[in-house]
Amino acid sequence: MKKVCFQRIFLTWIVAAFLALPGAGPAAAADTIKLGIAGAHSGDLASYGLPTKRAAELVVKDFNARGGVLGKKVEILAEDDVCKPEVATNTATKLVSAGAHVVLGHICSGATKTALGIYKDAGIVTMSSSATNPELTQSGKYPNFFRTIASDDAQARLDAEFAMDVLKVKKIAVLHDKGDYGKGLAEYARTFIASSGKARVVLFEGITPGAVDYSAVVNKIKQSGAEAVIYGGYHPEASSIVIQMRKKKMNTYFISDDGVKDDTFIKVAGKAAEGVYASGPKDTTRNPLAIAAIAAHKKAYNADPGAFFLNGYAAAQALLTAIQKAKSTKYDAVAKALRTYPVDTPLGKIKFDKRGDAIGVGFSMYQVKNGVYVEVPTAPAAAAPKKKK
Amino acid sequence: MDYFLELFLGGLTRGSIYALIALGYTMVYGIIELINFAHGEIYMIGAFTALIVSSVLAFAGFSGMSVLFLAAAVAIIYSAAYGFTVEKIAYKPLRQAPRLSPLISAIGMSIFLQNYVMLAQTSDFLPFPSLLPELPFLEELGIKIGATEVIILATTAISMVFLTLLIKFTRMGKAMRATAQDRNMAMLVGVDVNRTISYTFIIGSVLAAIGGVLIASHIGRINFYIGFIAGIKAFTAAVLGGIGSIPGAVLGALVLGWTESFATGYVSSDYEDVFAFILLVLILIVRPSGLLGRSTVQKV
Repeated sequence: MKKVCFQRIFLTWIVAAFLALPGAGPAAAADTIKLGIAGAHSGDLASYGLPTKRAAELVVKDFNARGGVLGKKVEILAEDDVCKPEVATNTATKLVSAGAHVVLGHICSGATKTALGIYKDAGIVTMSSSATNPELTQSGKYPNFFRTIASDDAQARLDAEFAMDVLKVKKIAVLHDKGDYGKGLAEYARTFIASSGKARVVLFEGITPGAVDYSAVVNKIKQSGAEAVIYGGYHPEASSIVIQMRKKKMNTYFISDDGVKDDTFIKVAGKAAEGVYASGPKDTTRNPLAIAAIAAHKKAYNADPGAFFLNGYAAAQALLTAIQKAKSTKYDAVAKALRTYPVDTPLGKIKFDKRGDAIGVGFSMYQVKNGVYVEVPTAPAAAAPKKKK
Repeated sequence: MDYFLELFLGGLTRGSIYALIALGYTMVYGIIELINFAHGEIYMIGAFTALIVSSVLAFAGFSGMSVLFLAAAVAIIYSAAYGFTVEKIAYKPLRQAPRLSPLISAIGMSIFLQNYVMLAQTSDFLPFPSLLPELPFLEELGIKIGATEVIILATTAISMVFLTLLIKFTRMGKAMRATAQDRNMAMLVGVDVNRTISYTFIIGSVLAAIGGVLIASHIGRINFYIGFIAGIKAFTAAVLGGIGSIPGAVLGALVLGWTESFATGYVSSDYEDVFAFILLVLILIVRPSGLLGRSTVQKV
């Protein structure tokens, strides 16, 4: 019995010493800019969090090689929240007490939401590369929050605004496939259209995925007099609906999402696909900064970067550049810099709007022309596209 | 009124496709009291065969009607061969087994065929060429219904007539009816029961293949999974009409097609399936053996 006790005490002592070590590190190096990184770095969702961490490491290495920020070296404080809201509060408290100046994180929307209050009270600017929940920015509750990814409703907003402002239609049918993704998008689109007052939703319906045919729903669209259809869902059903609409000689606009912006859609729908609009993520493959960032990742890790890598890279760049421009790590100055000065990132030139969403990040509108998706201008000022006859 | 007519015709088209598949279920059930769950897969294989054959033919320079007929013919032969083989492998050895055993075997066969097609072909959706010809004279006559719908309706009607003639007036039809009534008695009076059952499977598969070619041309896309949903709907139609009854399967399929079409048109497509199955439940409460089903007397 006694032996066991001694062992336990010995063990506790070792563990305690071990735990104390990393805590001692940052305290010793006081004169650095501390960039906190929070997210899932282990567990099921580590593949969402690690690319952002790696991106930040690459960016920090880059800044330090050029002399750091405000003449100080940048130091990373990484904390794991395993994407769980209950862990995220601890993660946030740890980062705050370790003296993080700005935080890049968190990864999951739920964890981000619980952590944000803590950062807000501590006056720390927080930027996520992947939390897409619309409320995080739109509720106005978290003025310290920024993100380099478009929110979940950005696509629906683009689809709805494109129909109303560019195509200038007044009657819109909104359909979805009853799935989480499609229905969510359709509901956001309906809300946007209704609140804008520029057009009317004449039909809002869920279709049955995989049904034998969609002639009844197509008849209903025709009957409703809709000038455009916004469809939330994936390409198999979209191609069936478009084929049947064109067979009935309906030239109603068809606008959909990145579930339809897929080459299989064009292959399956064939001629009927011509003229169909679909929103999809902005193309970054030709951005030289993106190419360089991916190359740097390959060099360092000998692998292709994972999810949200470019968003993480852009976020780290934006945070550090903002500190540089603000000449301070104070909350007000950094937040103001983020909203004022555009930064060149792998996602393009970005700055942040009042709510904290990055301007110029997110989705573009594409149209099928001669069997390929071509990006089309989304600004209302652009010449009106030819009506498909 | 126009809108009503369009929904009516849409439901009729959908119903006649269900009918072609439902007949296979009901005939097999009528003769060996087995729900052949692999039947939807036979329909899917028919569509795939037609796609492969028509692609090859189009590549070889054939065009128009010749592609349609050749592709349909090969699809029919191929599906019939599959239907025949499935029966020999999965059901015949279990003929004397308890009724649940062939049912499990049927489910296994369905899963096997789905995965077989997925691995041998692809899990992606494939475009299916519109093999059915356009009929420009219809438009000139001012008919609202599309050419594809007309062809589907006509083909289904012709198939029904042939099937009725086959069952009413041929030796094989007589043997089928005899086997359906009492298998042992039929055997005693000299009917080759195994052959009759094989024929039943072949005829059911032929109808399913025709349905496969028609619906695939109509909706323009197929994948390995289409047989499952179509199969469930056709099975529902067969139960609705009274499983085992051939006119019942057709009536049940049409009722189901119309219910779905009108529910979507006048209420909401959110509830398409809900209405279809509410109808099924109501009909089965009032008539437990289906619309045209005869109540089976328990043989003691």
